[in-house]
Amino acid sequence: MTADNTITVKFFARLREELETASLSVEAESGLTAGRLLHSLAARGGNWTQLDGAQPVMIAVNQVMTKPDKVLQPGDEVAFFPPVTGG
Amino acid sequence: MIRVQQQDFDPAEEYRALRDSGSGTGAIATFTGLVRDSGDLKGVTGLFLEHYPGMTEQVIEGLIREASERWDVREARVIHRVGYLALGEQIVFVGVCSAHRGDAFAACEFIMDALKTSAPFWKKEITGDSEHWVEQKTADLDRTQSWE
Repeated sequence: MTADNTITVKFFARLREELETASLSVEAESGLTAGRLLHSLAARGGNWTQLDGAQPVMIAVNQVMTKPDKVLQPGDEVAFFPPVTGG
Repeated sequence: MIRVQQQDFDPAEEYRALRDSGSGTGAIATFTGLVRDSGDLKGVTGLFLEHYPGMTEQVIEGLIREASERWDVREARVIHRVGYLALGEQIVFVGVCSAHRGDAFAACEFIMDALKTSAPFWKKEITGDSEHWVEQKTADLDRTQSWE
């Protein structure tokens, strides 16, 4: 796997703590969507299963909010996080 | 002007900067949010605030741009703190200057409401013996949607 065909995945707040992961890399497969990536991470089992709809998960691709059907490209930065609560 | 920072801010300085920056300014509205002692939990002694560097600033820039399209906004300043904040500390500042008070009030309130539901910040409440990530409130979503 080289840097050229990977996608960076970031987690924030409650998800970052519960998954004990702030960032990881996955291989960019043709046609992979943000929703399918989320589903494949949930299949890891344990705390990861919460990514499969138990709690709302927001998705940003390259720092723009998006929907699960967004197709990912090599080099993309995908972030998964709970609904925001600032201010 | 947008700042995401750990350190505190001085609302008087921010007000002066707004007053000095805008030509034709006739009104300045400001809002400051503080850490309160109860939210999801009772007896809150502090908050931990996390953000998504880069995306946060872009989202707030977009909110200021949207406010400027809807109202007369001569200048806007948004400061949001991150990290650990104790009870009573300042969390967020929004200031808007405009030619008229109605636009200043509306733009300031819109930016603050939209920030709470779209800018990637997360609050964790801390009490003497527990911690709890704050959940998004339906009331906050309703307030943001009321501007649509």
